[in-house]
Amino acid sequence: MSKPLKQIHLAAHFPGVNNTTVWSDPAAGSHIEFDSFAHFARTAERAKFDFLFLAEGLRLREQGGEIYDLDVVGRPDTFTVLAALAAVTTHLGLTGTINSTFNEPYEVARQFASLDHLSDGRAAWNVVTSWDAFTGENFRRGGFLPREQRYERAREFLATAHELFDSWDGGELLADPVSGEFLRDARAGAFAHRGEQFDISGHFNVPRSPQGRPVVFQAGDSDEGREFAAAGADAIFGRYGTLDAGRAFYADVKGRLAKYGRTPDELKILPAATFVLGDTDDEARELAHEVRLKQVSGATAIKYLEHVWNRDLSGYDPDGPLPDVDPVPGENTVAQGRASVRTHRDPADVAREWRELAGARGLSIRELVIETTGRQTFVGSPLTVARAIDGLVQADAADGFILVPHLTPGGLDAFADTVVPLLQERGVFRREYTGPTLRDHLGLAAPRALAPAHH
Amino acid sequence: MPVRPSPSPEVHLAVALDGAGWHPAAWREPGADAARLFTAGYWASLVAEAEAGLLDFVTFEDSLGLQSTDPAGPDGRTDLVRGRLDAVLVAARVAPLSRHIGLVPSVVATHTEPFHVSKALATLDYVSRGRAGLRVQISERPDEAGHFGRRAAGGDIAGLYGEAADHVEVVRRLWDSWEDGAEIRDVATGRFVDRARLHYIDFEGPHFSVKGPSITPRPPQGLPPVSALASDAAGYPFLAGSADLAHVTPGNADEARAAALALPGAPHVFGELTVFLDDRPEDAERRLQRLDAAHGAAYTSDARIFAGTPQLLADLLLEWHGAGLTGFRLRPGVLAHDLPAITRGLVPELQRRGAFRRSYGAATLRGLLGLEHPANRYAAAGGAGPTRSGAAAAASAPATVAA
Ligand SMILES: Cc1cc2nc3c(=O)[nH]c(=O)nc-3n(C[C@H](O)[C@H](O)[C@H](O)COP(=O)(O)O)c2cc1C
Repeated sequence: MSKPLKQIHLAAHFPGVNNTTVWSDPAAGSHIEFDSFAHFARTAERAKFDFLFLAEGLRLREQGGEIYDLDVVGRPDTFTVLAALAAVTTHLGLTGTINSTFNEPYEVARQFASLDHLSDGRAAWNVVTSWDAFTGENFRRGGFLPREQRYERAREFLATAHELFDSWDGGELLADPVSGEFLRDARAGAFAHRGEQFDISGHFNVPRSPQGRPVVFQAGDSDEGREFAAAGADAIFGRYGTLDAGRAFYADVKGRLAKYGRTPDELKILPAATFVLGDTDDEARELAHEVRLKQVSGATAIKYLEHVWNRDLSGYDPDGPLPDVDPVPGENTVAQGRASVRTHRDPADVAREWRELAGARGLSIRELVIETTGRQTFVGSPLTVARAIDGLVQADAADGFILVPHLTPGGLDAFADTVVPLLQERGVFRREYTGPTLRDHLGLAAPRALAPAHH
Repeated sequence: MPVRPSPSPEVHLAVALDGAGWHPAAWREPGADAARLFTAGYWASLVAEAEAGLLDFVTFEDSLGLQSTDPAGPDGRTDLVRGRLDAVLVAARVAPLSRHIGLVPSVVATHTEPFHVSKALATLDYVSRGRAGLRVQISERPDEAGHFGRRAAGGDIAGLYGEAADHVEVVRRLWDSWEDGAEIRDVATGRFVDRARLHYIDFEGPHFSVKGPSITPRPPQGLPPVSALASDAAGYPFLAGSADLAHVTPGNADEARAAALALPGAPHVFGELTVFLDDRPEDAERRLQRLDAAHGAAYTSDARIFAGTPQLLADLLLEWHGAGLTGFRLRPGVLAHDLPAITRGLVPELQRRGAFRRSYGAATLRGLLGLEHPANRYAAAGGAGPTRSGAAAAASAPATVAA
């Protein structure tokens, strides 16, 4: 007997500050104006996607001590955009990336509870943990967290936020004009949290929101990050969109759930994925190559190499061979504010591998960067892409994908019009929303409110 | 005489939105819709009503703790509205549903990060196409300090105002940290931005330092207007140094004149009043008494409480306008009743007297308020940063934002 078909989850990642975003295309619109966000969100909702996703950065990227100017620079505030998008959509989930190092739990919990009210239960929080002093320079506290404390703070931040969300159990609001009771209970919102990172107490001032708590995403890839996700997240924004790497990640993370008393269904694995569609597979491949050339100009290739080499390579010809000098070991001083730099493998290893690859295939710097940084997860005709997505999900490489088109804001349109109907025909993607909240779309149960902290 | 340029024959009008209204028993009134205070639809309909009345802007109250009658912390009462949504998010939620009216959320400078506030307000300006304003306030409440746990409660007022002045200074520098047009999309050179037009703000003060630039490009208005309220003269130095719209609470025309004279550099000085409006003065009085009876105490306020007809209120506003106030922020006693009384009673009355607009004549909040698009401090200085920094400098010199 064959397994019943898994239902696919799909989300739309707004293509902003991202090295895959092609801004030079004549069809590329603003990544700041609200019209772009509204168009993107409406397309995602028309396609019955689970949610829209916004990434976040809290300091402009720098390279060689200067603001990086070759990619899209600048983005709007996450909460503010999502609240405005709640006005132009009715079902689409609204997922915001919000950092747990450069914020305080009371304020973030208020913002998410407010967003959940204002969207009738569609809010989600992607908890990220960037911790560096470079970003810290934009904040009151200044400074940073030691790297090894990033998840300590994140764990306690999230736990504290949950205490705040749960400080109202949902039954307190009476608003009865006849009896004159607005609240049933004066203890509504009472909380007290004493821990290593936060020592706070008082009253949370947003009543329990439609989802109880926002849906929680996690995006880090380290062992601690995976553990953090297994312990408390509803979904992972992952980076493994291929069959083998996806299955390995999926099995690893889902295997960690049991020790927290959770079932595999309670944590959805949703890798980021790009795509290029064409009428035929050949046409799509050609288009994908053109997109890659726009994503990686000669100047971009040199800059990318500098991330790894950790030194100025501006004297090198992008159409020539790789530098014969070695990467500068130690802390990366060239590129600031990039997750890729924070998480990169040993640069000497990378350089050695790349030289071998370039030598064997006769690749120039630019060709090598195009080759090694390619992220086009799905390239093909709509049918090819629909099959590939379905195949990966049915093979337990993912529960769905968070799609990042390379164009703002129309990059999702063709996917909505051509791939989604094919997935619906296959019976693996919804034709209509079955519920109003993001928890409904993701098939997640409502969180149980903890008993309010009475004291 | 105030040095404020060309006093307009027209008054500016704003309405303060908070809960079901400013009277503590407002939520129990017919039509108050108190069960919907935490829904988007509730706020959208209030803003639609205010916009139908052609008002300059609405403000959204906020606090980082439960509302309370006790300045020291929660009062444990269950008979009053408690709980509120984040004001910036409420403003953003209604922005796409409105077209002309300014949206001015309150932000507590004492416990928030100026970097976050700056990008949130810049973004509100984008999603509203130039209609954002910032209402900045301080918090002395120990319970709110306890919600953050980073600092001792309270602190002296002067210190909190000094910190708030730095907060506003940082927010504005971040708004200026991108020059207009810094996004060049120059395909020939592959540059998305001209980084010479992005600026580090390098703010250093006694409370915090912030590097910049902002993550969000300069908002459509350049510098969204900043408003702040001071119910007594202790707050006037802060208003004078940091606010485009100084809000004051005079009790009569003389006090209005004194306030206007005390704040000569502020582009706008708005008077605040709580209003109960009915067709006959005795109806308004009786309604206020009925509300007081339901509440079990007479309503008191830092602002003058006005109960009467729209005509009488128009008389009073024009008298205070003559005394130097450029506009008013009205606090409706009961939103369900007094907001429509403002938009459908007071506004037509002021229009008849030639003292209020008959249509929206500008697309942005600055435009409605007669403020020019501001020059960028960094562009004007040829890329060099501003020289002054810190609380002392920010408090002693008027902000460089006046048009
Ligand atoms: C797919 C993916 C997306 C991420 N997106 C963001 C982001 O938008 N903003 C951010 O500050 N960090 C982002 N991060 C960084 C992570 O949240 C985390 O801070 C970082 O990866 C370090 O944690 P780790 O060591 O567990 O990976 C992302 C990470 C991954 C793997």
